[in-house]
This record gives sequence, structure tokens and C-alpha cells, in this order.
Amino acid sequence: MRNTAAGAEPTAPKSAENEGVRLGTHEMRSERRPARATTAQRLWRSRRVVFGGTVLLIICLAAIFANQIAPADPEMVSMNDRLVAPTWFSHGWKFCLGADPLGRDVLSRIIFGARISLLVGVTAVGLSGTVGILLGLLAGYYGGKVDETIMRLADIQLAIPTILLAIALVGVMGPNLRNLIVVLGITGWVIYARTIRGVVLSVRAMQFVEAATALGAGDRRTLLGHILPNLWTPAIVIASQQVGFMIIMESALSFLGLGVQPPTPTWGGMIADGRGYLVTAWHVTTMPGLVLMTTVLAVNFFGDGLRDVLDPKFRL
Amino acid sequence: MVAYVLRRLLLSVLVLFGVSVVVFSLIHFAPGDPARLLLPDGALEEDVAFVRKALGLDQPLYVQYKVFITHALQGDLGQSLYYKQPALGIILEHLPATIELTFAALVFSLLVAVPMGILSAVRRDTVWDYLGMGLATIGQATPVYWLGLMLILFFAVQLRWMPASGRGGVEYLILPAITLGAPLMALVTRLVRSGMLDLLGEDYIRTARAKGVAEWGVVLRHALRNIMIPLVTVVGLQFGALLGGAVITETVFAWPGVGRLVVDAITARDYPLVQAATLLVSGYFVLINLVLDVLYVYLDPRVRYS
Repeated sequence: MRNTAAGAEPTAPKSAENEGVRLGTHEMRSERRPARATTAQRLWRSRRVVFGGTVLLIICLAAIFANQIAPADPEMVSMNDRLVAPTWFSHGWKFCLGADPLGRDVLSRIIFGARISLLVGVTAVGLSGTVGILLGLLAGYYGGKVDETIMRLADIQLAIPTILLAIALVGVMGPNLRNLIVVLGITGWVIYARTIRGVVLSVRAMQFVEAATALGAGDRRTLLGHILPNLWTPAIVIASQQVGFMIIMESALSFLGLGVQPPTPTWGGMIADGRGYLVTAWHVTTMPGLVLMTTVLAVNFFGDGLRDVLDPKFRL
Repeated sequence: MVAYVLRRLLLSVLVLFGVSVVVFSLIHFAPGDPARLLLPDGALEEDVAFVRKALGLDQPLYVQYKVFITHALQGDLGQSLYYKQPALGIILEHLPATIELTFAALVFSLLVAVPMGILSAVRRDTVWDYLGMGLATIGQATPVYWLGLMLILFFAVQLRWMPASGRGGVEYLILPAITLGAPLMALVTRLVRSGMLDLLGEDYIRTARAKGVAEWGVVLRHALRNIMIPLVTVVGLQFGALLGGAVITETVFAWPGVGRLVVDAITARDYPLVQAATLLVSGYFVLINLVLDVLYVYLDPRVRYS
């Protein structure tokens, strides 16, 4: 059964079945396009996936090899170099994007800052996805009181603006990397739970599930073996679109001083560092913001492309 | 219809009750003793014990919650530790500024996004479409606080067209409203565009065209009307994000609203104020959604009869 779950993404027939399950258009689609490309081929053909993926890959590599490629120590204070303006490569890599109010190299801090953004973005999505998928699965499968309870919990969570809840929680629990990931992880589950619940409801009514139940499959087997494999596509699509949101949330909390604490470089923290120097040193605020925006753009491109390929009807 | 509104009302009360539990639990998420959270670092053990007893933190949780909710229902949301005043009064003082900002942002985003979305759909694959979609894509990827700082940099510092911070006349409202409204604008543009594209292929649109309705009449009278329903849904859901964004926007522009109050309160470890503000902002959000739910009845006759 595990094999079916893992094989759900790369092979075409299975993914076509996924769409068929969600949309009931299986036959129609295969009639229109008799020779279907595999999912991998379609992903490779998607300009958005390739463009977003390439930019992301570069940022990931920069984060991983930060020690090797950063021109300077990101935490080394040098008061002589306070707010040095960008030298635009005329003096090599160091200070090519200028220095911050403590004379630290902005480029190096951006490179190291990528680590926090990517780490928090991916782990928070992993955590919220796991919680959300599990709750959505339970709500959709068991229905009744379980469903009612989980969906009311979702309503309550939605009633509190996410960033407000995150600010309050991080403020109380103490700002550090672990708390940041936990808080973003637990505040982000609703979108998964609601979507997955809907998919489970439609899958549960399908005949193959009925057949499995009739053949004596227990809850566990039906859920994990027959229903779960059909949830991967929507789950991957939501997750890919949530990474950008989580990266923005992390940076916003860091901007407010509630993220990973200085001197560790974070993009949000760097933007906050430059706030007081907009008039004299615009680069301190502008540079990390541009990189942050590019990263989120790349993630969103990738996510949108992925959605178009995997699940074309699933929009907004 | 009365039953529908009553059901919505009941659900809102239930949600608010749940929110109150979350808000109440907030200080219990602190590692260690919540009483210590309310005191400065290195407070003496007897002071901690005193605070614990004075605030009833030594009581069982359900007793504490009962006291909390009873007081809250009577309009007592606790005392701000920093201002040494009732939290409710302080928040109510700051609430009008937040309401002003969120509504200005909402109006701005709709005024830009709806025409832009329509134009993108009607003139599909032209420069207008690319412009609209480009703005929407960038708008969704730009962190609100950074956009705010960039707007300050250009319009306040460089061009000196607008004040950089504070609250006053309309000129103070423009930059914060654009900042806060940008993500919603991006989302609504996409929604209106894709909604329009779907609708323009519908049979009744073809009928309207066939009977000779002018193109703008088709778009405005027949298609736009049907966009309103998903639009109201999205605005309702996104109003929470708008309120969350207000927390950050207010901090960037030194806008004297509830959002900035919360951030300052967190820094000052004024947790009763944080709790009260979270409760009230969530209440405001729930109320907005209740109003929108009732609005549905007028927008979508199907709701009235189901």
C-alpha cells in the first residue's frame, strides 16, 4: 500500500486518477489528450516551475554553502565601516551591497539570512501540513461529532488574525527558532484541514472505498491505504503555496523583533535594522527586502506551476 | 431567512467563546510560572507568590477561566500593567484608528482590483492583462512592512509628497492604506479576473450579447453582479489578514491603532493588554463576518430560500 502512496505523484495513470477523483472528469481529459506526458515531463515543460525552481535552487545552494561563498563574517562588527554605501562590485564582493549600521557586510548577512527563512518556511509548512492533513482526514472520514469539533476549532482559529496570534504566542513563549517554527506550524493547519476534509468526503463516497470496506478493510487500512494516496496532490499543492506565506510570516516576526534573535542574520531583522537609516542608507532596508521578495516570488511561481500541472482545477 | 441569521449569530457566539478560551490560555503558554511573566526579570520569590495569589493564578484553571469570562462579559478585560488603566478603555481609544485604516485599505484595494481584474479579463493577453497580473503577482510576494518602508522611502523621503508617519488628515492615510491593501488588491485582482473569464463564457452572457446588450453592459450588469458573491466571501475571509496586516502596517507608520498597541504591549510584557486586544480584534473580525453573512441574503437569493 505504501507503494501506491509513493507512486502517486510521478506516474501519469495514477495522477490522472487523482484528478478524475476530484473532478469526475477522468475520461473526458484522457479523450482530449490521448498521449499524455508524464507528470515529470509536464513539470519540466512548465516555465513557471522551471523558473521558480531554478531561482529557489540558487537560493538553497547559497544558504547551504553560505560559509564558502559569503565574502565576510555576517556577524563581524566593524564600526569603521558603518553604513558603507554599496560598491557594486568595484571593490570585489565585500560591501558590494553595502554595510549595515554596525558595519557588517549586507551581502553576507543576506546569504546567511536565507538559512533561517528557508528553514522556517519549510519546517513550518511540514508541521502545519502534518497537523492539518491529519485533522482533515479524521474530520472527513469519521464525520459527525469529530468533524463538527474539528471544523469549529478551525473557525475559532480563523477568527484570530494569524499574525496577531503568532505575535502573542511568540511574545509569551519567548522568541527563538524552535518557538517560531512551532507557533507558525500550529497556526497554519486550517487551510489543509478544510481542503483535505473536502477531498476525503468526495473520495469516501467513491466505489473503490466502498468495495474496500465491503471486503472487510478496517478504518486504518481504508484511511491509509485507500484514502490517503488520493490526498497527496492537493496536499502538495497547498504546501507549495504556503511556503511563501510562511517565509513572509517569519520575516514579519523577525522585523518586529520576535524572530530569531540578533546577531543571527534574518531578512526581517535586517530590514528592521535599516529602518532608522532610510534617509542616509537606503540600501540596508532595500537589499534584504528585494531578496525576500524574489524568494517569495520564486516559491509562488513554483507553487502555481505545480498546481497547474498537478491539479488544474484547484484555484484560489 | 430569520433561521439562517440566527444560526450565523449562534455560530459567532460559539466562535467568540472559543476565542476567549484561546486568549485566556495565552499566558499559560509561557514556560514556567505565568506570574513571573507579568513581573520584571529577577523579581523576588515573594513578589511572584503575591502576584500569583492576587491574580488568582493559584486557583485551578477552570476557576480562573470562569473569573476571566465573567469579568469579560461585564466589560472588564483586566488592567493594563503598563498604563495602569482598564485595558478595554485603552483599546477602545485606539480602535477607531485601526477601523479607519482597515477600511481605507479595503476601499483602496477594491477600487483598484475590481476594475483591474475586469480589464485583465476583458482584454485578455494584452498589455493590460500582463500589467494587472504582474502587479498582482508582485503584490502577493511583497512583505507588507517592506512595501511600507519603500513607499516611505520614495514618497516621503525622496519626493516629500506625503508624511512618513503618524495620523492626521487624508495625506497621512494614503501610504498606510496602500501598504495594507496591497496583498488584498493582488488577491482580488486575480479572483475578479479568473471569475470574469469563467463568467464571460456562460450561456446567459451569450444571450445578453445576442439580444444586443452593449459590451460594457454585459460586463457591468451581467458578469460583475455574479462576481460579487465570491468577492464578498473572499473579503470576509481576508479581513482577518487585513487586521493582522494592520498590526505590522501600524508599527511601520507609527499609526496609533490597536495593532501598534499590541506590539508595544508585547515588548512591555503587558500581557493583560495583549489578551484584551486579541479578544477585541477577533470580536471585530467575527462581527464583520456576521454582517457579510447577512449581506449574502441580499446578494444571493438562493441563501434566502435554503
